Amino acid sequence: MDSEPDRKGPVLFYTKAVIDHFMNPRNTGELAEQDTDGFGMAGDPECGDQLKLWIKVHGGRIEKISFKSFGCPGAIATSSMLTALATGKTTEEARSITDDDVIEALGGIPENKKHCSLLGVRALQSAINDREARIREG
Amino acid sequence: MECAPCSPPSTTGKHESGKDSALIYLDNNATTPLHPRVLDSMMPFLRDCWANPSSPYRFGHQARDAMEKARERIAKRVGCKTTELVFCSSGTESDNIAIRGVAHALSSKGGHIITSTIEHPAVLDTCKALERDGFRITRLPVNRDGLVDVAMLEASLCNETILVSVMHANNETGAIQPIEKIAAITKKRGILFHTDAVQSTGKLPLHFDGLGADLITFSGHKLHGPKGIAALFVRTGTPLAPVISGGGQERGLRAGTEHVAGIAGLAEAVDMAFEEQEPENRRIGLLRDRLEKQITASIKDTRINAVHAPRIPNTSNICFHGIDGESVVLGLDVLDICASTGSACSTGDPEPSHVLLAMGLSRREAQGAVRFSLGRDTKEDDVNTVVQALSGIVSRLRSISSL
Repeated sequence: MDSEPDRKGPVLFYTKAVIDHFMNPRNTGELAEQDTDGFGMAGDPECGDQLKLWIKVHGGRIEKISFKSFGCPGAIATSSMLTALATGKTTEEARSITDDDVIEALGGIPENKKHCSLLGVRALQSAINDREARIREG
Repeated sequence: MECAPCSPPSTTGKHESGKDSALIYLDNNATTPLHPRVLDSMMPFLRDCWANPSSPYRFGHQARDAMEKARERIAKRVGCKTTELVFCSSGTESDNIAIRGVAHALSSKGGHIITSTIEHPAVLDTCKALERDGFRITRLPVNRDGLVDVAMLEASLCNETILVSVMHANNETGAIQPIEKIAAITKKRGILFHTDAVQSTGKLPLHFDGLGADLITFSGHKLHGPKGIAALFVRTGTPLAPVISGGGQERGLRAGTEHVAGIAGLAEAVDMAFEEQEPENRRIGLLRDRLEKQITASIKDTRINAVHAPRIPNTSNICFHGIDGESVVLGLDVLDICASTGSACSTGDPEPSHVLLAMGLSRREAQGAVRFSLGRDTKEDDVNTVVQALSGIVSRLRSISSL
């Protein structure tokens, strides 16, 4: 884990950042019912991975976010990074986070793992939609 | 981390086979470390006796002589004639020579080939390619323990059938297929039978002639030999069309200048495997059983795959429910423990193991599978270290699992 591989070519292995987020995932677990303003879930039919994600919004910003994941290292690390990126953002800013933003923040991810990062982005968008639905329904 | 196995050796010392001792290597079904004794046997042919064995002068004759002596040693160990061994570059190539060779030699006789759903990609993809060329392929199912259904095999045979290809020991689960039974059936019907014995050669007391198959594949690097050398046993009289044509080497069945050093290394590796087979396999089998016992005792919700099948003694395939096998493998890797989710050949493929799916496991179950394949360097302490590491990794992953 001492040296990063040459980044000129395609990313073939997990970067230090991916391994860090896999080994020490940020914001894991469930939010308590009274803390949850929105809940989202996403599944990847291709590989069977599954992600659940909770948000608490305060003053229009994501104050708390947490996730649980059944998945490969790529799914865990990208979900963790997504929650780190989304924390403190307004829901509109959070909604615009893309899978490429997550991958870039991790210093890249192997080509065959790129689809993993979509899981977090989709779960977050569905959590934000859920929050809006809850507000509409009062 | 990415290059840990290739980085300079640690100061903690070396195993007998030259492997970094800080690393616990439980992926011997993917490949094995080259044994120093094997390396020593190869060096003269890389350094001094590097002549082309087909050359007409004495220098060339020396290389040919060494190669033929190595062939004799191998033939004696595996129980066949020297003229029945064809050297090639890999288990994959050996499978290709056998399957394509029979298909092309007998295509006028019939176009039906029977294989199984749990074969190595070298067999599966070769059959798929032949299917595109117009051959009809039957893929036999396996039971919950990963064993090929022999009754189904018998029922699938027809007048058009020219070849049956069923592996000996499965690379992912270690399940030993009923090869002798299959050979008895194919022999009675006069149909050729190929078996990929890459995972069993050196791990089981094999006698090729007695096994009954007409074509048997084995490879050097799975038994502490070098990569780049493998062989195909071709029973005398078996019709085979060459896949690679050229200078007529290997009795016209595999053209190309022979890898003399590799062949010498293969002979040494085969000798070593057969010499130490019984005590070594007993030792490894006990360690494997201990590993499984400790894992099931200390970790809940696991499933040992193919546990009721006869298995090669070094292989254990275990599902950890609710988590992903690849995550377990990376968690182990960070702790310098090498294991895999299945065949190294399909790593990176998001699909769960085709072998476990064929055994009737759900995708979710199959996704949690990890393969541990022990070897001659595996020590008792390694088992304890691995079980301890696993308990931590599995409970951490389960605590964040959404299932």
